[in-house]
Amino acid sequence: MPMTDARTKIVGLGKYTDDLHVPGMLIGRILHSPHAHARIVSIDTSRADALPGVHGIATGKDAPTPYGILPIGHDECVFAVDKARYVGDNVAAVAATSAEIAEQALDLIHVEYEPLHTWFDPEESMQAESDWIHESRPHNIEKEYHHSFGDPEAGFTEADFVAEQRYVAGEVNHAAMEPHATLAIWEPDDRLTVYSSTQVPYYLHRTISEVCAMPMNRIRVIKPLIGSGFGGKSEVIPIEVAATVLAKKTKRPVKITYTREEVFYAHRGRPRTIVDLKMGITREGKIAAVQARVVQDGGAYCGFGPVTVLYSGALLGAIYDVPAVRYDGYRVLTNKPACGAMRGHGTVNVRFAFESMLDELACKAGLDPAEVRRKNLLMAPCVTVNGLRVTSYGLPECVEKVVERSGWKEKRGRLPYGKGIGIACSHYVSGAANPIIRSNMPHTTVNIKIDRDAAVTVYSGASDIGQGSDTMQVQIVAEVLGIRPGRVKLVSADTELTPIDLGSYSSRVTFMVGNACIDAAKKIREQIFSAAAKKFACEPDEIECADEMVYKRSDARIRASFDDAVAMAMEFHGALVAQGIYSPPEDARGGKFKGAGVGPSPSYSYSAQVAEVTVDPDTGHVRVDKIVAAHDCGKALNPLAVEGQVIGSVYMGFGQAMQEEMIWEGARLMNPSLLEYRIPTTLENPEIECIIVESNDPEGPFGAKEAGEGSLAATIPAIANAIYDAIGVRLNTVPFSREAVLEALEKKAGSATQTGNGGNGASAETKPVSRRVERRS
Amino acid sequence: MMGKELMHFHVNGEDREFAAPPNRLLLDALREDLGLTGTKRGCDDSSCGCCAVLIDGVPTLSCAALAASCEGSEITTVEGLGVAGALDPAQEGWVERAGAQCGFCTPGFLITTVALLRRNPNPSLDEIRDALSSNLCRCTGYMQIYESVKYAIEKRQKEAQQAASAPAVR
Repeated sequence: MPMTDARTKIVGLGKYTDDLHVPGMLIGRILHSPHAHARIVSIDTSRADALPGVHGIATGKDAPTPYGILPIGHDECVFAVDKARYVGDNVAAVAATSAEIAEQALDLIHVEYEPLHTWFDPEESMQAESDWIHESRPHNIEKEYHHSFGDPEAGFTEADFVAEQRYVAGEVNHAAMEPHATLAIWEPDDRLTVYSSTQVPYYLHRTISEVCAMPMNRIRVIKPLIGSGFGGKSEVIPIEVAATVLAKKTKRPVKITYTREEVFYAHRGRPRTIVDLKMGITREGKIAAVQARVVQDGGAYCGFGPVTVLYSGALLGAIYDVPAVRYDGYRVLTNKPACGAMRGHGTVNVRFAFESMLDELACKAGLDPAEVRRKNLLMAPCVTVNGLRVTSYGLPECVEKVVERSGWKEKRGRLPYGKGIGIACSHYVSGAANPIIRSNMPHTTVNIKIDRDAAVTVYSGASDIGQGSDTMQVQIVAEVLGIRPGRVKLVSADTELTPIDLGSYSSRVTFMVGNACIDAAKKIREQIFSAAAKKFACEPDEIECADEMVYKRSDARIRASFDDAVAMAMEFHGALVAQGIYSPPEDARGGKFKGAGVGPSPSYSYSAQVAEVTVDPDTGHVRVDKIVAAHDCGKALNPLAVEGQVIGSVYMGFGQAMQEEMIWEGARLMNPSLLEYRIPTTLENPEIECIIVESNDPEGPFGAKEAGEGSLAATIPAIANAIYDAIGVRLNTVPFSREAVLEALEKKAGSATQTGNGGNGASAETKPVSRRVERRS
Repeated sequence: MMGKELMHFHVNGEDREFAAPPNRLLLDALREDLGLTGTKRGCDDSSCGCCAVLIDGVPTLSCAALAASCEGSEITTVEGLGVAGALDPAQEGWVERAGAQCGFCTPGFLITTVALLRRNPNPSLDEIRDALSSNLCRCTGYMQIYESVKYAIEKRQKEAQQAASAPAVR
């Protein structure tokens, strides 16, 4: 089924935040710090204030309440109050009658800074004895976690092959096509209406209420169409509070839209991650133990940081049956923009390391890497060693499907030098079982109303960010009520009309909101059935509905049209309304140790991928020819949408693997534009084939689970492993640049001269043995 | 601030008149002065293609054209490609084959596709990829966009066949 909003989008009439224009609207611009770490001595706005056309200027003293997405991380103010912590930090904002005047006014604001010591390298930063970025975070460590499950030491002793290696993945940005935008409207009766490109309208609602000290019912947050998010709009972004503070101050509507450069500096993307990984496997290919030390370069504020570093640990081994896992994770503060959640939050970079090393160990043991993955499968239903409950597990079928479709058995180790094939797997949560702000409130609530003409309206706080959640909800409600989807209209993501939903992040919407839609639709159906039962002279549980009819199961001739059944129900009950909720079950909420709250999910998606590459050993150029991705989404409620999500995830993984990286020189980002931060175009992008695997999760809505993120993480190691198959070198740093390929080849040639081991990658046996892999006897 | 000049456009089949400074970008004129917000701004360095429009049939980035230079030109934006009930086959392709996820890049892709299919009604996949390489999409991974274009090609071919086999009107 096509997306319900597609017809609006293809005629250009769908409104995104920056498309909105209201009478009297002012344009806002933000003054950013030119210093990476500096005390703000004074701010003089008098000259800017005097500029004709300027209606308001806001600085730190106008909104001194700190906020942050996590209750433990309320460490940022919309405008720096005492000091700026990265180049680009927000210092002040101007609202004026035009963008030109607002920009002129920024130039007239005089800020006196006192530069402080700066920290850019996370491994140096975490040794800091003074000049901490936040005084409350000693040694610039935002959070550290140390977990141990099973007996890692025994596992490593038992292992026949052990490898240790450092992997580094560069920092990447969501690069959603729509730059963030917010329009805040001060209403005459002291109310605020805020339109914003947000994935989390209710967190924004809450933050505005706290920062502006206004009750929530006087603030209305509306998410219009949004030009995708990928996590970059999943926490409150300074622009949202800045526009609101300016609107309150000027009593006028204020719109602020980021430039693309500002989007990169607002960031909240995937942190540069250092993974020191150790893994041991038995001769048969069974993983015996895994140990990882992970350092994430988190930037200057907390954001989602502790969640990122916890996901890295929780999901590290949980995809397979790994008996022992040790994890040491550090989220480190540096004087750069804050990192945050990005598609595949926390799992992508550790998965790259893990799947690369598993491939290496498989080759060392003389085993087929696909077979090694099969040897380590979980037996669902089960609970992983770190306490994650697994209810459905389509990974075996994913591996089988990609092996078959790619011709793995014929190709692996048999392709000519320069051509290679690689496999990797990944998994992801279908929503977090524990909310960000701990409470027992259901994670989502959906309301349904049926009009007198039997038209159905669903009120849902879920944010469609292009992933198709509006369509999913319409489909589910139509299915439960036995009516065509066209009869259902959705009102979504408007805090004044729609009940609370936590937002579009951690791939929670299909599973959680889908289940709440089923709950609400069943409750309203009960009302229809109880009225029909009187008419049909039977019990409500003898009634069914389908194809726009309500009928007696045992005799379908006793029936009424959906319209008539609704009319009967209204005579009986009055207006037809119902509320549905979803709460993750108790036993899905994880263990009791510190940090156990992140990682548990009511269900997990699984993915296996095979990548094929062609490497030019003279230039180092890697062309990814094809990626076959099999994804277990439980049940594809909308195969068209699932394919789009899986292919889009693979595409983004491909981008990170091959060409995307935020490049820093100290405090300065060298490529803050789409021209220089090169997301893949049609020319680089490989052919991507999606295979849908359906494991029918017992608790998912009609069996469905996550589809929008889980595939991303497998792409990077699948490509890395294919490069190894092609030219016999392991690339441990992402992205896989030409320079990295050439350097690795040179290194290999050097060691080949010394050892005489110069395999061309034709098979695992003839490939050079990495020196850091030692065989235990 | 620069003084304003009166400008005359022929946009989507209508004559439009507005006053803007001579340094006004076509993108801003369309969005701010004419209320045609279907044309999007995704970057600031003419790299994303979200702002593509047809100027006298030629796909052009409206962020890299001055409004003043378009006086007297025929401009087509996404709003002018087709309306409900009379959509361009490319628009239908984007609906049926999920070419649009978030939809922000969609107007630019549609403009580029319409121009491609006017120039070359039966492009190969490589020709499609070449033509669309000036537009960035962050959601789809492009595969469903290719399918959308193929849908449009087939739809146009079907329509052409039907027109050819229809009895001539006397």
